[in-house]
Amino acid sequence: MNKYMIYLNSKRCIGCHGCEVHCKTNKDLPVGPFLCEISHEPLKAVKGVPKTEYHFRSCYHCEDPYCVPVCPTGAMKKREDGIVYIETEACIGCMACAGACPWHIPQFNPNTGKAVKCDYCMDRVDAGLKPACVTKCTTRALKFVTIQEV
Amino acid sequence: MRKTVWSMCSMCSVRCPIKVEVEDGKVRWIEGNPHILKGALCAKGSAGIALQKDHERPQQPLIQRGGRGSGKWEPVSWYTALDYVAEKMKKIKDKYGAKAVMLSCRGGPWQDLWKSFIHAFGSPNFTNHDSGCGRNVHHASKSVYGLGRKGFIYDIKNAKHLISFGRNLMASLRIAEVNQIMDMLDNGGSFTYVDVRQTLTGIKATRFFQVRPGTDYALALGMINEVIKQEAYDKEFIEKYTTGFDQMAEFVEQYTAEWAAKECGIKVKKLKDFVSEIGQQRPAVVFHPGWMLSRYRDSFYASRMLHILNVLMGSVEVKGGQQFPKTPGDCGVKGLKAFSSIVPKPEDKRADGVGWKYKHFDKGPGLFHLFYDAMLTGEPYPIKGVICYRHDPFNCFPDVAAQKEAFDNCELLVSIDTHYSEFGWYSDVILPESMYLERETPVCTQKGPKPRFAFRDRAVEPRFDTKPSWEIFKMLADRLDIGEYFPWKTAEEMWEFQLEPTGYKIDDLREKGFVALTDEPIMYDRDNLDGKFKTPSGKIEFISQMLEENGFPSFKPYESPQKPPKGKFRLVFGRSPVHAHGHTINNPLLNELMPENTLWINSRVASRMGINDGDWVDVIADSQKGTIKAHVTDFIHPEAVYTVHGFGRQVPLQSRAYHAGMSDQKLQEGLLESMDPVGGGLCLCEKFVTVRRSPRNPRRRVEL
Repeated sequence: MNKYMIYLNSKRCIGCHGCEVHCKTNKDLPVGPFLCEISHEPLKAVKGVPKTEYHFRSCYHCEDPYCVPVCPTGAMKKREDGIVYIETEACIGCMACAGACPWHIPQFNPNTGKAVKCDYCMDRVDAGLKPACVTKCTTRALKFVTIQEV
Repeated sequence: MRKTVWSMCSMCSVRCPIKVEVEDGKVRWIEGNPHILKGALCAKGSAGIALQKDHERPQQPLIQRGGRGSGKWEPVSWYTALDYVAEKMKKIKDKYGAKAVMLSCRGGPWQDLWKSFIHAFGSPNFTNHDSGCGRNVHHASKSVYGLGRKGFIYDIKNAKHLISFGRNLMASLRIAEVNQIMDMLDNGGSFTYVDVRQTLTGIKATRFFQVRPGTDYALALGMINEVIKQEAYDKEFIEKYTTGFDQMAEFVEQYTAEWAAKECGIKVKKLKDFVSEIGQQRPAVVFHPGWMLSRYRDSFYASRMLHILNVLMGSVEVKGGQQFPKTPGDCGVKGLKAFSSIVPKPEDKRADGVGWKYKHFDKGPGLFHLFYDAMLTGEPYPIKGVICYRHDPFNCFPDVAAQKEAFDNCELLVSIDTHYSEFGWYSDVILPESMYLERETPVCTQKGPKPRFAFRDRAVEPRFDTKPSWEIFKMLADRLDIGEYFPWKTAEEMWEFQLEPTGYKIDDLREKGFVALTDEPIMYDRDNLDGKFKTPSGKIEFISQMLEENGFPSFKPYESPQKPPKGKFRLVFGRSPVHAHGHTINNPLLNELMPENTLWINSRVASRMGINDGDWVDVIADSQKGTIKAHVTDFIHPEAVYTVHGFGRQVPLQSRAYHAGMSDQKLQEGLLESMDPVGGGLCLCEKFVTVRRSPRNPRRRVEL
């Protein structure tokens, strides 16, 4: 059972793309890979005001991820709290994970020659902090939510 | 070893307070100061790490050895570079007087230091970028309140209605301000946005007026007319604190809502509904008076009307409205000791004519573009040396070719900057400043409901042979025999000098990056504001004595903006949230987000011209041409084309930004002369350009 998710309040999002860079700098990523992204719908007039909706996407941390079993070295793992992550030392950069993922979420990091993906910044989460994108979201539109069973 | 350093961002000019985590001499993490911004930071703020790592910035002092713009730079030591600059400055001083050297910066809380330097040298010619930015708004504010544009802050969070005339708040992105707006909207506040196109800001609006370009003044006049007609204004406040209401009412009588709606191309009912709404919501209504309004021929008067609309709403020193920024004095704390307090003021008249030829302009930074005349004509006296600190006139002012012609009469051009500016590339010497994470800056005062002292501390040691500006100016001063006016050797000693009257020590600021001078916000008694307005009459002046005495009308009869001739468009420009003008275009991570700009063009017009979304288009001025991709959209007025400012850079050492996108300012030919005679701002949206589908679009297709 997944314990966490990241939720975007589109009403508060201003489309500044801060989250994307907060993530990249925290993971020390070069030009190339993005582990999360903001997108928006084409503008549509609502009561005379052209409006849009923003979407945030990182990794879905699937309940039954395709990327985990396909990994030849067992580097791709799923934790008990649901976070799907890469054990970097074991990764050989074959990118089978990206091929198996319906959304091609794992990215190649040209600096390390290995795969990299959103792991909800689990080092931060384990230290009681929130993922980089959520911590520094310009307008506090992103929320890191702990899912509770009702 | 991990340490926390409190600093201030410098990726744009907002200077958000930041917390920097450093490990083993490397910056690992930057976030907005949690005490003020709760961690929030924008894309530019985080990309500061990429700037620090980037090698495409000046790495040691450089002297141009092959003629201006040749790019034949000789890397030299600091001693050689500073001796070179000092010697040239002394030569100019001997030949033409110290006044022949001018210094420009980009304004901000530390300008006292740079100003003191040029004053100590003996020149009155301190200036900044503002005639290509906020001068019209500043002078408009002075004409109404006797206070500059920073004479009020806006309590947007508690406002019931925010109105913005083209101020693209979400893209200009002051983090604290943007959060105030989002909070206001979450609380059910209204937001009216006026622009010639839809923007990141406008999509958050509850009401949107897409107006014909150049008709802001008409809309503001129509609003005032309707406010008076509906008696939607604060009579008591007007009675108590203002002069000239009746003359104003008489002037606006002809500018009815019906007339304004027709002129601007909007629906009259929508305008009238708007006025009824603000009439109910006042005084918690904020008309944003604009910031960068160096745009149209009547932007000064448009801004004046926006200031006046705030007054009509009674939006002065109220919750949810305009408030006076409080000072250390309001908290019973003595202010910082100014660097200028020990420097004699030069007695010469300014070369830009401000203060004697143009008495209605604020003397502080004068008007940069008027110095070009002095360079070209030698009148009132020659300008032979130019130091630009953190300011790029080629990016900020129009018509780069005309500027170069003027600069060619100078014997010394110096650029002090963290990156290669376009002016820097053309100058004789580049003195590289350490980027903001590698330097400290003086303490500054941040006025507001809760005033504070803040500062920037050095997070990491400079990667290259660069220095902080306080040290550069100090070393230069020593060589020019004016070192006595900068009586410190270290940053610690400089801070001590500043903090001496306040009773605070720098370690007090090191605790969280600032010291708050009060716990609770301070408000003045709104029933007793006498003495707060600094106009000649001491009242808020609808009829401005300052303007009238200098021969300018307080209200200008409206003139409809010229329609672009067939095939031409009005070139308008603006900002994106991931770039700060031209400084960040070459930042690896920001360049990745937005590597080039596009030309927004109305879809109906584009379809008639055979231009499809993504096609290359040529944008042609008189002799200059730019080529970029078209963004075809319904959401821009057919008379205008729009692009993001700052692109089309021509510094070869910035490989990512080099010739990427198009520069609007290079197309603004002739506009260096287009000063608003009353507001002092340049009219940068008064250029028509021809747009055509570019022959660069590939026609060849090898396959079937």
